[in-house]
Order: sequence, then C-alpha cells, then structure tokens
Amino acid sequence: MSILVNKDTKVVVQGLTGKAGTFHALQCKAYGTQIVGGVNAKKAGTTHENLPVFGSVHDAVKNTGADVSLVFVPPPAAADAIVEAADAGVRLIVAITEGIPVMDMVWARREVERRGALLLGPNCPGLVTPGECKIGIAPGFIHKRGRVGIVSRSGTLTYEAVYQTTQLGLGQSTAVGIGGDPVHGLSMVDIIRLFNEDPETEGIICIGEIGGPEEQAAAEYVKANVKKPVVGFIAGAAAPKGKRMGHAGAIVEGRTGTAEYKKSAFRESGIIVSETIAGIGELMAKALKA
Amino acid sequence: MKLLECEAKAVLKSHGLKVPAGALISAPQEVEPALSGLGLSGGVLKAMVFTGGRGKAGGVKLFDGAAAGAAIVKDLIGTTLVTHQTGPAGEVVHKLYLEPKTAIARELYAAILLDREANNPVLILSAEGGMEIEELAETHPEKLLRLHLPIGHDMWEFQANQAIAFLGLSGATAKEFVAVINGLWKVYQAEDASMLEINPLVIDKEDHVVILDCKFIVDDNATYRRAALGNPDADKTPAEIEAAKWGLSYIPLDGSVGCLVNGAGLAMATLDLIVQAGLQPANFLDVGGSANEEAVTKAFEIILTDPKVEVILVNIFGGIMKCDIIAQGVIGATKKLAPKVPIVVRLQGTNVELGQKLLKDSGLTLISADGLVDAAEKLSKAAKGGAR
Repeated sequence: MSILVNKDTKVVVQGLTGKAGTFHALQCKAYGTQIVGGVNAKKAGTTHENLPVFGSVHDAVKNTGADVSLVFVPPPAAADAIVEAADAGVRLIVAITEGIPVMDMVWARREVERRGALLLGPNCPGLVTPGECKIGIAPGFIHKRGRVGIVSRSGTLTYEAVYQTTQLGLGQSTAVGIGGDPVHGLSMVDIIRLFNEDPETEGIICIGEIGGPEEQAAAEYVKANVKKPVVGFIAGAAAPKGKRMGHAGAIVEGRTGTAEYKKSAFRESGIIVSETIAGIGELMAKALKA
Repeated sequence: MKLLECEAKAVLKSHGLKVPAGALISAPQEVEPALSGLGLSGGVLKAMVFTGGRGKAGGVKLFDGAAAGAAIVKDLIGTTLVTHQTGPAGEVVHKLYLEPKTAIARELYAAILLDREANNPVLILSAEGGMEIEELAETHPEKLLRLHLPIGHDMWEFQANQAIAFLGLSGATAKEFVAVINGLWKVYQAEDASMLEINPLVIDKEDHVVILDCKFIVDDNATYRRAALGNPDADKTPAEIEAAKWGLSYIPLDGSVGCLVNGAGLAMATLDLIVQAGLQPANFLDVGGSANEEAVTKAFEIILTDPKVEVILVNIFGGIMKCDIIAQGVIGATKKLAPKVPIVVRLQGTNVELGQKLLKDSGLTLISADGLVDAAEKLSKAAKGGAR
C-alpha cells in the first residue's frame, strides 16, 4: 500500500508545454508514472512530446480518465488552474508552482475544498510512491520502496530524509512534500493521518520548520492517535529573527512559531526529535528495531 | 515589499480613506514651503524608516515654527536609528514626513494579517494602542479582540458591534471607526497586503478617527502586480539586491562561516548544523533549484565580498540540480576568485560521483566531505585553521 497515489494513478499536467512542465512531466513518465496528457487552451488538439494536449482540464479528464492534476502554471494564472482542476473533478491536485500571491491561494483553497478535491502544495516538490509513481520534481532515483512514510514542508529536506532511509535499507511507502507557503492544501496532520492508516507504513518521519502552526497540530494528533514510531526534525533554530516591521505576526503566533517551542511540542507528544538533519534516518532505524 | 509610512498612506488615500495631509522632506529648506503649503505653523516630523519603535529612538519630533523644523531636519537626516527591531546596525534616515500635530484623546491598535490556521485574514484590535502590543498579547491576551473578516465583503454588522463595544466607542465616532476598518480591509484585499497595521489608530479630541501611523507589507509573491506601490529593494542591502538578480536568496548574518546551499529548508538546516558545530554562520544563501554555473560563481562572489567570512561550506543535495554542475561552478569560482579561505564541499544526489571526481581532479585545495556529519567535523577543523 501507499498513500494518495499508486501505479494506477493517471496524471494530467497543467503547464505541460512550458519548460519546467515538459522537463518534469517527462521525468515523471520515465519513472513509470502514467502521464496521460497536458492542458493548454491555445494548443488544444495538438500533441507535445507524444502526449495529447487538451483545451481544458475538463476535456482532459473526460478523454483520459485522469484523476490527478500536476500544476506547473506560472504564478499569475496558477490559482485559476488549481480551481479549474478541482472543478473538472480530479481527486488530487499537486501544485508545484512557487510564488502564487497569498490572497489568490486563500480563495483557491476554499474553492478546492468546496468541490471536494485534495490539494497538495503549492510551492512543493510533490510526492513519490517508490516503484509506482512520482508526481512532481523530486529526484526519483534516491527512493526505494519500503517501510517509512515521509512528510515535509521543505523539498530538499524531504530528499535528505529519503536518501538516508534508502541508504539504511528502510525505504519509503510514500514521500510527500506539503510545501512551504503560508496557505497550502494538505497539512502535516492530513498526511500523518494517512500514513497512520496505511498498513505498509511502519514509521513516520515528519520534517517541519520555524513559523506557522502546523507542527503543533501534528504533535497533538500524534499524541492522541499514532502508535507507530514518529521521528521529527525542525529546521531553523539558528535562523535569524528577520527584520520585522510590525508586531502583528508575533501576535498571531506568539512564541509558538519558534523551533524551540515546536521541538518541545514534538517531544511532549512522544515524537523522537532529531537535533540535526543528519540523524533522522538512524533514529528511525533504531525506533523500528525496538 | 515593505512600504514607508508616506507610501502606505498614499495607498490608503487612493482607496478613499482619510489620512492626514503631509509632505515629504529631504532637506531643511523644504520645511518652510511645506508648512505654508499645508497651512501650518508647526507640526510633527517623522523619520521615514521601515522599523517600528522609531519614536522611542528619537525619530519622531514635534516642533513650532519653520526654523525649529529645519533644525530637526538637519539633525535627523543621515542619522542612524537603532530600535529593538533593527538590530545594532540600525536604519539610516534619508527622508522625513511632515504632518500636522494631532490632539490625541485615545490611542487604539488595529491590524489585519493572515491567520494561516483559519485560511482567512484576521482583524486584531486593542484599546491600548501605541504600546508594546507584542507584550500585551503575551501578558493580557484578553485585551486583544480577533475577528475573521469576510472575504469580499465589509465586516459583518455583528462584528462591527463587537468591535465598537470592545473598544468603548459610540455615536458618530463608532460609525467613523467602522468605516475606517472596512476601508482598511478593502485595501488589504485589493492591494495584496500581507500585513496592514495602524498603531496608533487615534481618536482625537474632536472625536474623529485618525490614521496616525501605518505599517504596510505587500505580499512578496504579489510584488509583480503591485510594483507601483513602493520600492521592493528599499530595505535591502546591495548584496541582497545583487543576489536577487541571480535568483539567489541571500541574507547576511553576523558569523564567520559563509554557506552556499540549495533549497530554503536545507539552507536553514545547514545554519543549524553550523551552530551545532560551535560556529556562527556569516549568511543564509539558497541558490534555488535550478542554478547554473554562472549563478554558483555569483553566489561565491557575494559570499566572498563579506570580510567576516573565514571558511565556506557548500552543502548541496542535487535533485534536479546535478552535482557535476555544482562542482563545475565551485571549481570555476575558485579559479576565478582565488579565495584565501578554506572551502568544505558536501555533495549528494544526482551525478554525485562525477561531481566528486571533478573536484578531486581540479587540483584545487577543496575539502571534500562525505555526508553531513563529516562536513560539520571538517568545517570545525578548517575554521580552527588546521585542515587546509
């Protein structure tokens, strides 16, 4: 088993004809993902790299049975593309685009939720179920099918955790990057819940960073529901506070956004905290042996 | 992008909000014509800086008469204001903003910003404006009111009623207050604000609501469509501006370890690693996911312009970015710039063997690290002056 996606997943790519879209769609296809087509209103009816191009996500879904959309559309049109995918009835939207205006995403997320679709990202590396499918921009070759579920807010830190668990022979059930933007779709808790319910996933690695409330929610969820070992890491303990202008950000988050606070929330919930990014894999190996 | 108070107030005014009439001053002789233009004999001069806490730092002065005003301008322009938000480096005053004095009866606090958890902007109000609002939030959270505003609409009437009861406003003042908040909310949405803070929001002695100060941050992701509101580079150092041109995200810090990393998360984790090794980072530098040899060279140049740098750590997890490309960049930059500091390189990921071979065959004295733990150890040795 895996979470969210597997070998039967059919993916339509929004922004297929762009440079990044083309490159990564082909990489995904080479990994074994069923990429069934792309969307570009101006190039409907043509083919691109031997893939059919449709005028809308609705057309693509009707003609290919795609159930997942992968979004590479540039920021000014990305929110629209995300909502279009939800409206066309795909089950999961994976938004890679970085730099979408926040108010656009506040709107788009509501519209996606209203239509019952799931959104991963934006500004995320996507997800990989090793040996079955890769949807996004993660390097496929570092993955190995196995026992650990990985969820992370950061792309490169996802890869570090994947690499370490592969090296140690643990492998991954699915590795998911949820993205670093303030407004995004699937949360850390959503992914942990799926891993917790997945029989193939024996342990969970959860990589957070400073800012935002997500890790605290994850800690509460783990404490109440998860029996599998969870290894956590929080990046940014040494990060500068930043030149803040007003005070209001601190009012919403208070001290709860700091690495120290998040680590202690993890610890209190029974999550094994790795002090460095280098130690995540080994702590998981130890926990799974115990 | 941060806006200066005068820029922020211009935005509010363009959306029909009432703000005090003011004039931007950059030289002492401009005070007299500004006063007569505004029909004033005296006023307040405020340093146009991005930091909060400027009043306490001496950046806000009341005056009577053009001569006194000109003296203040002469004093303040070119000085550096140091506040609890700027750090020791402070912020240089280039311009002042002249406004009429306000007869203050009450100082309130109002801010709108995103509540991530609710996926909705939130209005924060307090009857105790002008104060250390952060401290108030910690010690007396009950003195803050939070209202999630309805997107695309004025605040609900029940919310307006809650707000005016909470702040103890009534009559025409309450009506004026609600109109101001609704105006701010409109601006927040229309101009892609990520934070809009009025501190203080004043009730003057004639019971009118006055937007006395305004802090306005524009969502960096929306700068492409709000570029006209301000200058996105105004609060950045030349090195930060240069870095941004190359798609690099660079933040100068106080330590001695320069670092070059791909990915914001890994860059943060690398700072942590440096600190855990008993050292201090000189910068945060994320080269991004698709940097080429040229960008890596540029990144090196930027790191090396910092005289504090005594050792450099290159930490790359090549996903989409291939390790051999990074290696070529490191080699090219090292040959071109001939840095006198030791360089520790940790490569992992796509084409790692090829990258390591290139480094080894380059004949350069680069310290190759095998993994993160090894990198930290070699870094700490190199910093002590041994390993080269």
